[in-house]
Amino acid sequence: MNIEAKLGLDVFGLDKKPHIAIDQQVCQAICKLRPCLFVCPAHLYTLDPEGRVQVNWEGCLECGACMIACQDKGLEWHYPRAGFGVQYRLG
Amino acid sequence: MERVDVVIVGAGLAGLACAYALAGNGLDVMVVERGDYPGAKNVSGGRLYLGPVRPYLPEDLWDHAPFERIVSKERLTMMADGGSTTLELSSVAFRRGTPPHSVTVLRGKLDRWLADVVAEKGILIIPKYKVEELLLQDGKVSGIRAGGEDIGASVVVAADGALSFIAEQAGWWGNHQPRNFALGFKEIIELPAKTIDDRFAVSPGQGAAQLFFGSITQGLFGGGFLYTNRESLSLGLVLGIQGLMDRQPPVEVHTLLDAFKERPEVVPLIDGGTTVEYSAHIIPEGGINALPRLYGDGFLVVGDAAGLALNMGLTVRGMDFALASGVIAGRAILAARQRGDFSAASLAQYEALLKNSFVLKDLATFKKALQVLDNPRLYTVYPQAVTGILEQLLTIGPGPKGRLSATVIGEIRRRLLSWETVRDAVGFLKM
Repeated sequence: MNIEAKLGLDVFGLDKKPHIAIDQQVCQAICKLRPCLFVCPAHLYTLDPEGRVQVNWEGCLECGACMIACQDKGLEWHYPRAGFGVQYRLG
Repeated sequence: MERVDVVIVGAGLAGLACAYALAGNGLDVMVVERGDYPGAKNVSGGRLYLGPVRPYLPEDLWDHAPFERIVSKERLTMMADGGSTTLELSSVAFRRGTPPHSVTVLRGKLDRWLADVVAEKGILIIPKYKVEELLLQDGKVSGIRAGGEDIGASVVVAADGALSFIAEQAGWWGNHQPRNFALGFKEIIELPAKTIDDRFAVSPGQGAAQLFFGSITQGLFGGGFLYTNRESLSLGLVLGIQGLMDRQPPVEVHTLLDAFKERPEVVPLIDGGTTVEYSAHIIPEGGINALPRLYGDGFLVVGDAAGLALNMGLTVRGMDFALASGVIAGRAILAARQRGDFSAASLAQYEALLKNSFVLKDLATFKKALQVLDNPRLYTVYPQAVTGILEQLLTIGPGPKGRLSATVIGEIRRRLLSWETVRDAVGFLKM
């Protein structure tokens, strides 16, 4: 079962407004490690063809691992607005 | 501006336990929760130790709690590359006592139930309500802002989980350091109750808790867990975030769970099961050295928000600390009300009570745990050695067998005798 299929099992309230923003300045100029690409358990961070990090914030499990790992502060990360984001049925 | 006596931010176990302790004392208490319902944003590996919280919450509270199974069997599996060694402990002591020593739980059910109990006691619980910021007046916490609306309060309790943006805004968490946090993530895999009873050889209503460490984390600080629920298994991994960041080459963390599921030790346990949910959460593991301030003027921090969790290797705890710290915060608030004083000096009693409880005592006792556990040999050399030595002893090959003692001594010399392992042994003794 791939990661997309696993995320497909969860219930999400989809907000059009992203709750994660990437500061491309920091991301490209300062961050060498790019831990977001591998610490996210939902594998939401990927590189686009130009080598910039992109995030599919809709599938966010709201753990915050990316924010903690991003010590260069290239991520602006908030919880989604009330009524949105993942809603665990079992937890 | 609306005004209440106490606003509790977060309807998890810490916040709800605090509300429970405050109920019935004539205080106006409000619990706000950003999820669609209490528990909607909450995840745990799945085991709650009730032993420690017996003195803090009444016994009959748990009579109708939606626990999954009573843990009557403990397993510890050391994973080597080509095999594994499992220790299993069954004890009647685990089944005795009310409430039992430890149970498996699913937070979506447990937190909703506890919220209903608390609501019946007259506490207002408002879901789908996200706190945007703390209101501060002359450096003192005076309430919250949510949905563009201000609510004044004599005390705000930050029970908003490991990332605690509320405590961060109060300036009490600095930068969240990766070495003080672990990532936990898991699948919930449905199986019929009877299948689980049979596979784990447990009676109906009873279950197993199995921890795994060794090659499944590829040398990374962390381990795997498997908890039996009524009709499902919680199967997942916990990994230190710093370790993940340091690893070369990097490993995409979600792939480790897939590899774990393919291990021959796990395959027959989950065979035929259906994954129904995938979840993740952060765990504070910094221990007593990484705690934020716990109280201030009109402000208390409880549970994960206060970093109250403890990984001791063989046991991983957080929910018991959450419940106890919530109750203790409630008691401190009631005492402060008696004095008519919600200043930091008055609420300092919360920390004093915590220091007298198992919460800060256990954190102090195990202050070196993180340091001891953050050792790659624990996840590589040792599980490999244990399994390797047993394999040598239990294998009957074509040639003559060596004497048992010679085999063991030889293998220990070859695999385990070095300055590093001696130093590790001294470290373990300190824990």
